[in-house]
Amino acid sequence: MKTTETPAPVPAESGAPLGKADLPPAAPPKEKKEGTALNVFSHGVLVIWAIMVVMPLLWAVMTSFKDDRSIFSSPWSLPDTLRFDNWSRAWTEANMSDYFLNTVLVVGGSLIGTLVLGSMAAYVLARFDFPGNRFIYYLFIGGMSFPIMLALVPLFYVVNNMGLLNTIHGLILVYIAYSLPFTVFFLTAFFRTLPTSIAEAAFVDGASHSRTFFQIMLPMAKPGLVSVGIFNFLGQWNQYMLPTVLNTDPDKRVLTQGLVQLAVSQGYKGDWSGLFAGLVMAMLPVLAAYIVFQRQVVQGLTAGALK
Amino acid sequence: MQHGKYRFIVGFLALPLGLYALFVVWPFIQSIYYSFTDWTGLSPEFKMVGFDNYSRMLDDDIFWKSLQHSLLFALLLPVVTISLALFFAFMINVGGRKRKNGPVITGVRGSSFYKIVYFFPQVLSIAIVALLFAFAYNPDSGAINSVLRGIGLGDVQPLWLGDPDLALWAVMAVLVWSTVGFFVVLFSAGMASIPAEMYEAALLDGANRFTTFFRITLPLLWDTVQSGWVYMGILALGAESFAVVQIMTTGPGGPDYSTTVMVLYVYQKAFRDGQAAYATTIGVALLVVTLAFAAVVMRLGRRERLEY
Repeated sequence: MKTTETPAPVPAESGAPLGKADLPPAAPPKEKKEGTALNVFSHGVLVIWAIMVVMPLLWAVMTSFKDDRSIFSSPWSLPDTLRFDNWSRAWTEANMSDYFLNTVLVVGGSLIGTLVLGSMAAYVLARFDFPGNRFIYYLFIGGMSFPIMLALVPLFYVVNNMGLLNTIHGLILVYIAYSLPFTVFFLTAFFRTLPTSIAEAAFVDGASHSRTFFQIMLPMAKPGLVSVGIFNFLGQWNQYMLPTVLNTDPDKRVLTQGLVQLAVSQGYKGDWSGLFAGLVMAMLPVLAAYIVFQRQVVQGLTAGALK
Repeated sequence: MQHGKYRFIVGFLALPLGLYALFVVWPFIQSIYYSFTDWTGLSPEFKMVGFDNYSRMLDDDIFWKSLQHSLLFALLLPVVTISLALFFAFMINVGGRKRKNGPVITGVRGSSFYKIVYFFPQVLSIAIVALLFAFAYNPDSGAINSVLRGIGLGDVQPLWLGDPDLALWAVMAVLVWSTVGFFVVLFSAGMASIPAEMYEAALLDGANRFTTFFRITLPLLWDTVQSGWVYMGILALGAESFAVVQIMTTGPGGPDYSTTVMVLYVYQKAFRDGQAAYATTIGVALLVVTLAFAAVVMRLGRRERLEY
C-alpha cells in the first residue's frame, strides 16, 4: 500500500507515534512530530467531547440543588447551599414516587414476559423444522424496521376495546409484543450457536421437549438472556412513545411521561428546582447501574448491532 | 425427536405469536386498510373513500414540510453521527503515543474512561435528554446562552428552539449528542479486533494515518457501519425524533411548523385532531420512506465481505 504523501518507505518503528523519552536518535524529526502532534490532537478532541457529554448532566445536578431565583439569574453558579428540599418536594408533591412505582411494575412485568415468551419462540424457531418456520421468523423480524407509530393508531382502539387502555397490565402486554422482534431475532441466533448434543441426550433419556428447554437449554442460554435482558430493560425503562399514546391516565404515568407532564405543569407553577430534582432523580439510578454493570450493559446494547 | 413435536411447537409458539399478531401485525394491517376510509377514530362508523386521503396528503403543505424534515433527519443524522463516532473511535484506538517496546499502534491513555463517559447518554431516556436540553436551550436562563455570555459572546444570544431557522438544527444536535457514544463504543470494539499486523504492514509500506483509516479500518468495519446506518436512520424516522420534537419544540412542531416530522404529524392527526384515517395515510407514507431508506442503504452499501 503506497501513498504519495510519504516519499520513501520509512521503518515501521518510526512510523508510530513516539514518546520523547524513548526516541532513538536517528529517528526522522518529521515522524516524531507527527506522533506527538497526533497524540496531543487526539487527546484534545476526545477531552472536548467528554466535556460536552458531562457538562449538561453536571449542570442538571447543580441546578437541582439551587433555588428558583438563582436558576434564572446565574445558570452556572454553584448552589449556595444544597437544597435537599427540592428533592423531597419532587419525590412527594410532584408524584415522582408514584411514577417510579408504576415504571418498576410495568418494566418488571414486561421484562419477565419478554424473556420467557421471546426465548420460547426463539428456541422453537431455531431448533425445529416445520412448515411456516421461516415465515414466522421473518414476521417477527419485520417488526424491527416498521414505524411503530403507524400501528399505534389502530392499536389504541384495539387496546381500548379490550378494556386494557390505561391499565398497567395492558401496557405490559403491549411492551412485550413490541419487544419481541429484537428478542426473537437475537435469541434465535443465540440458540443456533448452542450445541445440539446435550439436548438430544436429554431427550433420549426421556425428558420431554419442554423439560429439555427449561432445564437444559435455558441455563445454557444464560449469557444471551442477560444481554437481551439488559437491552430490553433499558428500552422499556426509557420508553416514551408507547405510554404517551396508550397510557393517558395521570395516576398510571410512567417516569418519562410523568417528567414531561411535570415540565408542562411546573412551567405554570414556576417550580423549576423541583423539576430538575425530578430529572436528576430519574437519571441517577440508570447511570449508577450503568457504571456498576458497565461491561454487561455495553455488551447488551451493542450485541444486536454486531450480529 | 418426532414424539410430540408438533404439540410442543404449537404450545410454545401460541402465546408469543398470538400476542405479537394481536398487538403488532393486526394493527399494521388495519392501519393500511383505514387509510382508504374516512374513519375519525371518535365514532365507530366509517365508509370507504378510495384514494381521497392520499390526494389530500399530496396537497397538504404541512405533510410536505414534515416529509422534508424526516428525510433530512434520516440522511443527515446518520452521516454526522457515524462520521463523528468513527473519528473518535479512531482517535481512541490509534491516536496513542508509542510506549517503549509496545506495539506500533496504540490506543490513547485512558481509552476506557472515554468510552465509559461517551456512553452515558445512551442509557438515558431520550425523553429525559430532550427535557434537559429544552432547558439548556432556554434563551435567558439556559446553560448554553449563559456559556456564550461567559466567554464574551454576550451579543450572540440565539433563541434556539424559538427561532424557526434554528429550531430544527437545535433538535438534531440533541440526537447527535445522545447517539454518538453508542457508535464510538460499537466501532471501537470493531477496531480493536482488527489485527495489529495489518497496521504494521501498512506503516511499513509508508502509509500515513489518513490512508490507514480509509484503506484498512473503514473497509474492515464496513458491515458494522452499514447496519449502524440503517439502525440510526430508523430511529431518526421513528421513536427518537418523535420524542425530541414533541418534547422540545413549541406547538409541538416548532414555530411555523419548522420542526414537525412525519411521526409527530401522524400522532397529532390521530390523537389531537380526530382524523385517524388521515393519520394512517401519513403513517403509510412514513412506512414507505422507512423501507425505501433501508433498501437504499443496504443496496448502496453492498460490498464484498472482507474476511480477516
